[in-house]
Amino acid sequence: MIGRLPSVTIVRRIKAPPAKVWAAITQPALMMQWWGPDAGPTLSAEADVRPGGRFSVVFRLLNGEEHNPTGIYQEVIPEKKLVFTWEWPGMPERESLVTFLLEPFDGGTKLTLIHEHLPDEDARKSHEEGWSGLLDKLPVFLAGAECPT
Amino acid sequence: MVKYQASAMDRTFSALADPNRRQVLLRLKDEPGLSVSELARPLSLKLPGMMKHLDVLSDAGLITRTKAGRTVSVHLSVGPMREAMEWLKRYERFWTVSLDRLVALVEEGGER
Repeated sequence: MIGRLPSVTIVRRIKAPPAKVWAAITQPALMMQWWGPDAGPTLSAEADVRPGGRFSVVFRLLNGEEHNPTGIYQEVIPEKKLVFTWEWPGMPERESLVTFLLEPFDGGTKLTLIHEHLPDEDARKSHEEGWSGLLDKLPVFLAGAECPT
Repeated sequence: MVKYQASAMDRTFSALADPNRRQVLLRLKDEPGLSVSELARPLSLKLPGMMKHLDVLSDAGLITRTKAGRTVSVHLSVGPMREAMEWLKRYERFWTVSLDRLVALVEEGGER
């Protein structure tokens, strides 16, 4: 868990039990009600929730663009953990990995979402060395050095 | 175009995955234009090893090398790193909004 390749981690404390949150992230009818980065509609959701099963969501943004992330479920522990690969045609990476962690919390659920880039072999070898140091400095660095051309 | 971007991003990520190479980038940030041997010295790397690392960084577009007489000086190039940061920011936006909606969905009518 420490020193992965660049990743996005988001934690939410939700006033609903893990069973309800689990349903929302695994049942297509419920997935369609929230999956998407703006108020545009989610057009379809497919979730064969077992290791090796397929995941696919199609949503349309308000600007009319349609996107279709797809993946394969890697790990399924009901009401606790859901891991699947993530491929997004048109996004600049080959494949990444999404993890949902659910923990009971104060009568509700603590939800942790991790989206990470899958490291290649080379990267795996040295990943303990950690990205965080470099990434911490990166925003400062980018702000201070304008890209030529 | 998309394919080109994908492999460029992979190169950036794997170039950044090595501690020596990250060290080189961080030094170049503070001291642009260092020579190859100046870069190699604190890392206790031999020159051929250093050259290999610089080749990887250069293939990923993270550095540029210029030759003046017998000295090669090395500079950072920020474009590819900016792309790596963009990757993070895009997903952060995507998940932040999606999870807001997820929370609204499961909390609505869920008081008990």
